[in-house]
Amino acid sequence: MQATSRNFKDNAHEALADPNLQKAMGFVRTGFIEKRKAAADALPEFEALRDSARDIKNHTLANLDHYLERYESKATENGAQVHWCATAEDARQTVLEICRSVGARTATKGKSMIAEEIGLNDFLEKNEIEPIETDLGEYIIQLRKEPPSHIIAPAVHVTQDQVEADFRSHHKHLKPDRPLAEPQQLVAEAREMLRQKYLDADVGITGANFLIAETGTSVIVTNEGNGDLTQILPKVHIVIASIEKVIPTLDDLGVILRVLARSATGQEMSSYTTLSTGPRRPEDPDGPEQYHVVILDNGRSSMLGTEYQEMLRCIRCGACMNHCPVYHAVGGHSYGWVYVGPMGAVLTPSLIGVDQAGHLPNASTFCGRCESVCPVRIPLPKMMRHWREREFERNLNPPAQRWGIRAWAFLARRPGLYRAVTGLQVRALGLLGRRRGRFASLPLAGGWTRHRDFPAPQGRTFQQRWAERRRESGRSAA
Amino acid sequence: MSAGTGKPARGQILGAIRRSLKRDAGDGGAEADRRLAERPQGPAVQRARLPRPQLVELFVQKAEAVQCSVARVESPEALPEAVADYLKQHNLPSALRVAPDPELTDLPWKDKAPLLTVAAGRAEAEDSVSLTGSFAGVAESGTLMLLSGPEGPTTLNFLPETHLVVLRESQLVGPIEEAWARLRERQKTDRGGSLPRTVNFITGPSRTGDIEQKIQLGAHGPRRLHILLVADEPG
Repeated sequence: MQATSRNFKDNAHEALADPNLQKAMGFVRTGFIEKRKAAADALPEFEALRDSARDIKNHTLANLDHYLERYESKATENGAQVHWCATAEDARQTVLEICRSVGARTATKGKSMIAEEIGLNDFLEKNEIEPIETDLGEYIIQLRKEPPSHIIAPAVHVTQDQVEADFRSHHKHLKPDRPLAEPQQLVAEAREMLRQKYLDADVGITGANFLIAETGTSVIVTNEGNGDLTQILPKVHIVIASIEKVIPTLDDLGVILRVLARSATGQEMSSYTTLSTGPRRPEDPDGPEQYHVVILDNGRSSMLGTEYQEMLRCIRCGACMNHCPVYHAVGGHSYGWVYVGPMGAVLTPSLIGVDQAGHLPNASTFCGRCESVCPVRIPLPKMMRHWREREFERNLNPPAQRWGIRAWAFLARRPGLYRAVTGLQVRALGLLGRRRGRFASLPLAGGWTRHRDFPAPQGRTFQQRWAERRRESGRSAA
Repeated sequence: MSAGTGKPARGQILGAIRRSLKRDAGDGGAEADRRLAERPQGPAVQRARLPRPQLVELFVQKAEAVQCSVARVESPEALPEAVADYLKQHNLPSALRVAPDPELTDLPWKDKAPLLTVAAGRAEAEDSVSLTGSFAGVAESGTLMLLSGPEGPTTLNFLPETHLVVLRESQLVGPIEEAWARLRERQKTDRGGSLPRTVNFITGPSRTGDIEQKIQLGAHGPRRLHILLVADEPG
């Protein structure tokens, strides 16, 4: 996928002016948050499970080479064909070669963020293999030729009316006057459209939520059942998974599953958690004859041992974006690449470079909600700060901003001067604004005053008032 | 496979990981092996640690909370009637695709449910009702656990619109850790240590919230999931 993260500011302005997007994002602001809270509150052990999930991932990352080797040897023992791919290009080629080896014309797909990351659909299409997205949200955005705007709800930016319009314009062979006003009718129509495609496909491609080293197993966690139909009906099943998906044991899976669904959708368990180990056995009545696992690095190994290592704990639940005021306001497409919201703001610069994605870690109020709900306790705000530092070190931000930061740093290192300058500034603004109590415009503050008035200061700085208060409380205590 | 994948890429990726982690040349993975052997458990979920009668209650309550329906059945012999009743009640077709499991195919279908057409095998596109057994039920979350194998075609769990599942009370476990233990026990005795191709954990019927977060059932998998919970001695 071509990144447009450099255009974050323009993207965000457009998003704020888009009434359909704003309507759709309204459902995110309420639904996900309430459901997660109810599910977390209903399980007394939830916080302890979050600690445990964090520790499992930390332990695995510290031993990642060993767990990948043990996973591979178990998987191979059970008949899996494991393919290691260092880059997105390697992974695309590998998938294509597997498809070609069985003369595939169509490939059904379960939802996979790694497939989005490597731009698999466009590549397969160019090579005359039709990729068919089967997750309802992915199906909708495939019709709309759009990238996902959320890592677990890819069409979260689309309203019901838009889905109805898309179905009417694409499903031309159906009666034009059929009723489609109810969500259930839309779901039923998508079900009908995809049924035959599952049965006809030569290859089924899914992602993996986890790889289990103990048993050589890949795991998908879904609600619709499309991932399962994708992987049991065709004769070839391809799993694409990045290196950090591996976890040690089934017991570790149990711990992480308990925090995953609750954090994602507020469910205790998603409808379907499916463990796949090898291809169908000779005596099995169904299932794929070939089972391939593509293990992708694509820049992750170089995150290990750096201040971004903790990001590799991420289990892709989406809670950080569901709770992010910036994501709520601008939606996923503004981020300009596959990963969005706070996790995208940290991961995207790691994978495509801070020169491409420097805006993303700046698009945060540092309110800390993302970290407070992360099931594996990733310190997302801290890591966004690290990216801001990298950006500054590499001279990537615009001159005005750099000048401003330098000027502030100069003052901040000289407390006496800082107090004098801010005291003067506050007194001057207080005097200038005392009649109206606010400013409709101010030099250097256009970004603020274009949208709302700037309140006039009351005459003293925060530090002065703080000092006064300390003195007063000291007197009353004595 | 293509250049850049396979052996060279494997060494390249593992080498990069080792360099990033500053891995000691002498570290052969003893810590990983220890965890794989000891399999430490996470925090215990107390709500699932219950005596059997309450475990059954918890399972039923959790399964119904995720839009399953549950029928209590006194004995396996009563299953054909219970199946026929359910299909009639919901105005569903009387043709049934049954998993090729003697425990299901040998039931007295002809005597007790003469109006049903019963065929065994994997699911075909036109099948609208399936009946399968199960390996375990996890009371903690109302989850069914089904295994693939000669007696358990996976297609039956996903293709038909209505999925009926037989679960014996003795197959109920509390937390998911007990399900792992039963699975490992089974592998030890008859599968040489491997898991079956597919292990399905099923918690309610298929659903989607992809249209404005409004939950709809029957997205691609079954719209109805009916559990026939058969009373038996805890085994």
